[in-house]
Amino acid sequence: MRYILTLLALMPGFAMAETLDTGDTAWILTSTALVLFMTLPGLCFFYAGLVRSKNVLSVLMQCFAIACIASIIWLIAGYSLAFGEGNAFIGDLSKAFLNGVGKETLSGTLPEPLFFTFQMTFAIITPALIVGGFAERMKFSSVLLFSSAWLVLVYLPVCHWVWGGGWLAEMGMLDFAGGTVVHITAGVAALVAALVIKNRNGYGTASMIPHNLTMTMGGAGMLWVGWFGFNGGSAVAANGDAAMAMLVTHISAATGALTWMFIEWFKYGKPSVLGIVTGMVAGLGTITPASGYVGPAAALVIGLLAGIVCFYCTNLIKQKWKIDDSLDVFPVHGVGGILGTFLAGIFCSTDLGIFSGYGFGGDNTSIGEQLQVQLIGIAATFVYTAVVSFVLLKLVGVLTKGLRVERDAEIQGLDITSHEERGYNL
Amino acid sequence: MKKITAIIKPHKLDEVRAALSEINVAGMTVTEVKGFGRQKGHLELYRGAEYSIEFVLKTKIEIVIEATRVDAVVEAIMQSARTNKIGDGKIFVTNVEQTVRIRTGEEGVEAV
Repeated sequence: MRYILTLLALMPGFAMAETLDTGDTAWILTSTALVLFMTLPGLCFFYAGLVRSKNVLSVLMQCFAIACIASIIWLIAGYSLAFGEGNAFIGDLSKAFLNGVGKETLSGTLPEPLFFTFQMTFAIITPALIVGGFAERMKFSSVLLFSSAWLVLVYLPVCHWVWGGGWLAEMGMLDFAGGTVVHITAGVAALVAALVIKNRNGYGTASMIPHNLTMTMGGAGMLWVGWFGFNGGSAVAANGDAAMAMLVTHISAATGALTWMFIEWFKYGKPSVLGIVTGMVAGLGTITPASGYVGPAAALVIGLLAGIVCFYCTNLIKQKWKIDDSLDVFPVHGVGGILGTFLAGIFCSTDLGIFSGYGFGGDNTSIGEQLQVQLIGIAATFVYTAVVSFVLLKLVGVLTKGLRVERDAEIQGLDITSHEERGYNL
Repeated sequence: MKKITAIIKPHKLDEVRAALSEINVAGMTVTEVKGFGRQKGHLELYRGAEYSIEFVLKTKIEIVIEATRVDAVVEAIMQSARTNKIGDGKIFVTNVEQTVRIRTGEEGVEAV
């Protein structure tokens, strides 16, 4: 159906609702660059600064390589399987290798090649986020194999369910920019990976403090700015939707950052840089699914809750349960995604006074109804991701003869043992 | 000839250098080191996880000097490096067999 519409839209003189809009196109061209920037080098730096110096290159290498591989997969079949018609659960291969899609092909008011590239940057950052869960101990071959398989078997289906016209979209689930598709999937995968690959050697006794928080802070700044493209660009239009999405994103980031900072100040006596940037990420991750549906005042609440909830979950996972999700991907992105997807169901309501949003999704007519849908989406994403990630990790472990590097290699550091390089030759 | 090795708190380096300059100590070698004595390490907190940092950063100063001047140098270092808190450091005095100036080939006390 979309194919026919596209063909018709290309015929000169044919009056159609969707033609190329240069404003929309310009903004999404920009957003695409911003979102890629979030991975290269935003996330790269954010993560790399958090590990020990002997592993700094391994993190950079993993993120960079994943970005490259995800791109190729996206072209070969990823885009088509995510956004092709298909059925309620997965797309099809009609646009494998972008077959039939040319410079003039449209997707809405954008050139389809642009929509392809924009969505690709989301497919890039999601597997890259998982790196935080298994940092400093996973074999490079295992990382590549797992990330590729995971992209195809987890990201593509979930993306289709929510954004590709799949079953969650049919139910009117609200996920503007990737609370479920990006943050819950990556967060859960990281948690599962941390449990399967087990804790780092010396976890709990050895010192594993971040080696370069200035690098992490630099990455954090890039993530904040890039997120304007992530959420703002998800409007797929240069209009008020994009503007408001950008606005609420920003407010949530600032609020989340300050919340975490103040909690640390009261609890431990000193506000920290790591705390404030983590709070920022929590705020950003949490607002992501809600960014197109909620108002500014709601963003304050969302940011505040993000800071509080993600803070306590981080402590729970690290201190109480002693799970080595090394860079806290699950408590920040996973929990943030869950919380944000849930809150979207509340704050989309137009009946909350100053905290009102912009309307329910699909055929839903009440907060209760919307929340039901949100919860189904959260649960389905969580369970599906957990199960498939687990299976893939086990499978990859067999194929690569062990997910983890040898104990000695881990102690020496991955940079020198996996890549024969040192990050710093001072 | 004697070698004076002083481990001091890093922020005291400028004062010590100034004090030694006043008694005409011609040169020194400075290294950044870490260690501990009675001053145990400290705790650092990252995302709620506490880490015990056992080694404390210190500065090591090495001076080779004629035996007759040792007391004056030790006294100067002690006065300028002292903060009266644990971790002020220590001074060690050892013997030096030979000293040679590379540029000229001078040996012994002339080379110091």
